[in-house]
Amino acid sequence: MAKFEKANSVGEWLDQRLNLTMLNKVMMTEYWIPKNINFLWAMGMVLMTTFMILLVSGIFLLMYYKPDVNMAFDSVNFTIMQDVAYGWLFRHIHGVGASLIFLIIYIHMFTGIYYGSYKRGREMIWLSGMLLFVLFSAEAFSGYMLPWGQMSYWAAYVITNIFGGIPFIGDELVVWIRGNFYVADATLTRFFMLHVLLVPLAILGGIAVHFYSLRIPHVNNQDGEELDYEEEANRYLAGNKKRSKVIPFWPVFMAKDIFVLSAFLFFFFYLVFYNYQFAMDPVNFDPANGLKTPAHIYPEWYFLWSYEVLRGFFFDIGGMKATDIGLAAFGFAQIIFVLLPWLDRSPTVAPANRRPYFKYWFWSMLVVLIILSVYGKLPPTGTNAWIGFYASVVFILMFLALPFITTKEAKATEKANAEKGAK
Amino acid sequence: MADKSRRAFMGKILAGTAGVGAVASLYAMKKTWDPLPSVMSAGFTTVDLSPLEVGKLSIIKWRGKPIFLLKHGSDIERNEARDIVTQDGSYTVVIGLCTHLGCIPEWKKDETKFKCACHGGEYDIYARETFGPPPRPMDIPPFSVKGSSIVLGEEGPEYKKMLTLAKS
Repeated sequence: MAKFEKANSVGEWLDQRLNLTMLNKVMMTEYWIPKNINFLWAMGMVLMTTFMILLVSGIFLLMYYKPDVNMAFDSVNFTIMQDVAYGWLFRHIHGVGASLIFLIIYIHMFTGIYYGSYKRGREMIWLSGMLLFVLFSAEAFSGYMLPWGQMSYWAAYVITNIFGGIPFIGDELVVWIRGNFYVADATLTRFFMLHVLLVPLAILGGIAVHFYSLRIPHVNNQDGEELDYEEEANRYLAGNKKRSKVIPFWPVFMAKDIFVLSAFLFFFFYLVFYNYQFAMDPVNFDPANGLKTPAHIYPEWYFLWSYEVLRGFFFDIGGMKATDIGLAAFGFAQIIFVLLPWLDRSPTVAPANRRPYFKYWFWSMLVVLIILSVYGKLPPTGTNAWIGFYASVVFILMFLALPFITTKEAKATEKANAEKGAK
Repeated sequence: MADKSRRAFMGKILAGTAGVGAVASLYAMKKTWDPLPSVMSAGFTTVDLSPLEVGKLSIIKWRGKPIFLLKHGSDIERNEARDIVTQDGSYTVVIGLCTHLGCIPEWKKDETKFKCACHGGEYDIYARETFGPPPRPMDIPPFSVKGSSIVLGEEGPEYKKMLTLAKS
């Protein structure tokens, strides 16, 4: 047993029992972050803060929301929006937060892709991040159902129907997920449970894993440089802060982070108070009606690209049904980003713009995703349908081509290095 | 050695019991998500088709799904595999959901076709797909004919005959 002596302060008393000094060192003051980073490295903390804002606003909404098909719509649109003091504020924070957290997730994700932060020991960071993306998607989908408006209902209808495409068990699976032959009370209540308990719990666990996965490989830096963290840390601790390539997480890194976070929060609350409409689809202010399909069904902006891949294949090809191809393409789009560390065959960790071939791939992929998102919102008729089709095909082909492009790039880089060495 | 094998034995017993418990729990959890008995048994609906007007679509609700009821005029050719025939005439009776992703198509009387607004699918008067992403005709619900009425949810001989026709 450890020795306990009379403590001279509350801090000392706690330190004897919880070893807070050591914890603080390991987690904060001697957790090292590279110096050579930019504002994009603050997105993790921005995400964490936005998630906390969603959690708190969600708790307040939860006190008045009723997960019942006869009461849900009114509990949101009358009770929360009109009766509850500042209920509108919590709803708008929650809606805007849900939208913005995806904006930041995409920035965070494409920062990782741009700087190659998913390889050379950082694969688990990427995988746990993609797991979080899936969990946040489930959270957004289940939450969107709760106001029980027309878009809530029909989004739930279309998305649960997707499971019907799974061979053999599809039809039974859809009924099982819904708890009824159609999207009904049982569906609403179980997705309410998922939204307020199971998925948030999983997200909290996912965040813990994601943070921990950074511990050993450390975060990447702007040049993909491999640092000797021990040496750099010793340099910093010895007082040679200028020459050291690292800074402690607390307080130095966080000081920069909090600056970026503050800028983000100005933008966030500007949207909450003055421009929240983009997160409040007008169609969803009509109560859910299972017998009347809205003229156009579209998801929120952050799902548009994968929605367009789903519906991009609108005609049969070589005996395969359009629906099945669409579902297969959708499945492909959902998992392909997860495999990125293995699709990129080049060992180079560097910003995309310093990689001779990958830079074209990166910027083209961004353009394709934007095209898919734009056309995902438009009605799929005439030219729109064809643009959606070709964009979906290009999306898939680009991922299939990535291993070849990066293998070729690796060879070219090797050759260039050898020539440089010869000189 | 004896100690080791005793620990291994205890470990196996523990793993076995926990495994049985886990499987039993998963089974119970799966069953909890199943539709309730009241939901399963609901939905044997008798519909009288005699008041329908030719060419005018009626929609009723059965098991939460819209059912299209459309009386054919005498100019419409009989379709053995798709028409429901009562003593009053022949009808299109289908689950009014687009077989692509479950939206509800609209009946365009002047063009005598169903059009789905979601992804542009089209169907003819027999609710067979003619254009766009729908993979198959709209589904015919199980039915049996009783005079001028049909009972939805009951598999009558006419329905079974249709199934064999659809297969061949």
